[in-house]
Amino acid sequence: MKKKVEVFTVTKNRRINQEYLILHVASETSLPEILPGQFVEIKVENGPNTFLRRPISIHEVDNDKNEILLLIQEVGEGTRLMAELKPGDKLDMIYPLGNQFSIPNKGNVLLVGGGVGVAPLLMLGRFLKANGATPHFLLGARSENILMDLTDYKKIGDVGVTTEDGSLGVKGFVTDHPLMKEGLANMDLVCTCGPDPMMRAVAAAAKSANIKCEVSLENMMACGFGACLCCVVDTKEGNKCTCTEGPVFDINELKGW
Amino acid sequence: MVNLAVDINGYSLKNPVMTASGTFGFGEEYEDFINIDDLGGIVVKGTTLHHREGNAYPRMAETPAGMLNAVGLQNKGVDYFINNIYPRIKHYNTGIFVNVSGSAIEDYVETAEKLNDLENIPGIELNISCPNVKEGGMSFGVHCPSAVAVTEAVRKVYKKHLMVKLSPNVTDVTEIAKGVEGAGADSVSLINTLLGMAINAEKRRPELSTITGGLSGPCIKPVALRMVWQVYNAVKVPIIGMGGIMNATDAIEFMLAGATAIQVGTANFIDPTITVKIVDGIKDYMNRHSITDVNNLIGGMIVD
Ligand SMILES: Cc1cc2nc3c(=O)[nH]c(=O)nc-3n(C[C@H](O)[C@H](O)[C@H](O)COP(=O)(O)OP(=O)(O)OC[C@H]3O[C@@H](n4cnc5c(N)ncnc54)[C@H](O)[C@@H]3O)c2cc1C
Ligand SMILES: Cc1cc2nc3c(=O)[nH]c(=O)nc-3n(C[C@H](O)[C@H](O)[C@H](O)COP(=O)(O)O)c2cc1C
Ligand code: FES
Repeated sequence: MKKKVEVFTVTKNRRINQEYLILHVASETSLPEILPGQFVEIKVENGPNTFLRRPISIHEVDNDKNEILLLIQEVGEGTRLMAELKPGDKLDMIYPLGNQFSIPNKGNVLLVGGGVGVAPLLMLGRFLKANGATPHFLLGARSENILMDLTDYKKIGDVGVTTEDGSLGVKGFVTDHPLMKEGLANMDLVCTCGPDPMMRAVAAAAKSANIKCEVSLENMMACGFGACLCCVVDTKEGNKCTCTEGPVFDINELKGW
Repeated sequence: MVNLAVDINGYSLKNPVMTASGTFGFGEEYEDFINIDDLGGIVVKGTTLHHREGNAYPRMAETPAGMLNAVGLQNKGVDYFINNIYPRIKHYNTGIFVNVSGSAIEDYVETAEKLNDLENIPGIELNISCPNVKEGGMSFGVHCPSAVAVTEAVRKVYKKHLMVKLSPNVTDVTEIAKGVEGAGADSVSLINTLLGMAINAEKRRPELSTITGGLSGPCIKPVALRMVWQVYNAVKVPIIGMGGIMNATDAIEFMLAGATAIQVGTANFIDPTITVKIVDGIKDYMNRHSITDVNNLIGGMIVD
């Protein structure tokens, strides 16, 4: 897939809760093929401390409107500046970057997202369903008030929820949910994205249940397209670039997982 | 029409814009974004005699107006370059220079010898900022005798253009520049990264696995410009200037300070099309200033 630098126009900035928002950005031309798990590199304008671009997953694609949707969590200056964008503002992005999750045409696939790690899973669920597989979502958050709006997810598959404070769904971490316990045996594939400790716990559970597991890594990136070699992860075949050979890896490829 | 071609000691570049080693891969990483043939030259990733895995992750930290890196010369070795990469990139119609690194003089020599016969590689850039393992890990480039020794040894075996890349982590850059010029360098390029460091206060831990790393980007530009100007006043060989070049104006400043050509590094990460924009920007500048030959910019700073 050819990568390009393009200036998008913000069409909508939708607040989801105090930490999360969804940005809709439109291209003037029709979008190239974009696959679940791929990401963009955003140039943050006007930030004295935002010298490098910021990698953000592609949350959804609306091919009718030539729009890319980005789910953003405000964690620092760059993401705060993105949160301030208004319709009409410009956003300079390099895309589409990275590889993709597997999309089998049958079987049960568990999609486990923690925090902003849910970002690529909605589109992945849509692709899985369209291809003939059955997606099951398991979403974890600290508390109900920072959880995603679940409406779109429920249209695609069943949705399990865990919150650390017990305000919604099962109290605890994603690994405390029945879908990760009794339910796991029914799964043919587990795809996960979220904080490192969560992905490691999910991967460990999948491994002991002997189920194929793919993780989406969020290594620190300087370029996002394979030129700097800053984003490497230790694999059984030596260092690999998270930005070009990932961000999605089968846990069996990775060392120490 | 303006003339953009420059001559670096007998080798002609179609324009003064090159790319800096370690920031441009092997050129291929940028093929989606630009036509590599539009550049004056490219310097490919640091190449060593043997395969190197490089340093552990994390290898990068953002800093105000710049970044620190600790990639540690990850590469598959010179033989892999010759057999696998060179055949894929040799068709580029631009000057392809190989950045050569090593941890002992013999490594540099052997690597350089192997590159001699590659028809479409007009020269090498010696990265003397590497730790000299035999001499306690101190960089070759920070002491005149070791910088001279490695340059002399490579000069004996390498027949084509020998560019030596200077480290800024020295007391007097002109001393080293004069030393390597005397040892047979055809040109000098500068600056490599400045040694720096970043700490995460919340975690009370270093940001890089190696604790210290190389600082690059616009934050180092004033230091780089100063060193180019000092070296321009000290040596006769052409200078290839770099350090924080983000746009055509920056590039022109380096030429006015004395650089014959320039290299663009970190800026490629932020805008992978920046190099061709810089070529266009230099043309615009020349038109605005009624300059017909880019060579008239070299060392053209006016001091009243
Ligand atoms: C492939 C990939 C996909 C991502 N997808 C999303 C997404 O869909 N939505 C989203 O909100 N965030 C996503 N992230 C994380 C996002 O890139 C960082 O949160 C962002 O760069 C922080 O920038 P900042 O200026 O706001 O914060 P900074 O002030 O730069 O940093 C704030 C904190 O964020 C962390 N951080 C900084 N850069 C990165 C990085 N490259 N990766 C991970 N953590 C980082 C730092 O550890 C720091 O503690 C993704 C990261 C990667 C690598
Ligand atoms: C990620 C990264 C990797 C680098 N790798 C090398 C290298 O292998 N060999 C070398 O001589 N210089 C290397 N450099 C230094 C650059 O070539 C250049 O000298 C320096 O970054 C200053 O220029 P800039 O500010 O335009 O980036 C590297 C720089 C960066 C940022
Ligand atoms: S971020 Fe530069 S190679 Fe992956």
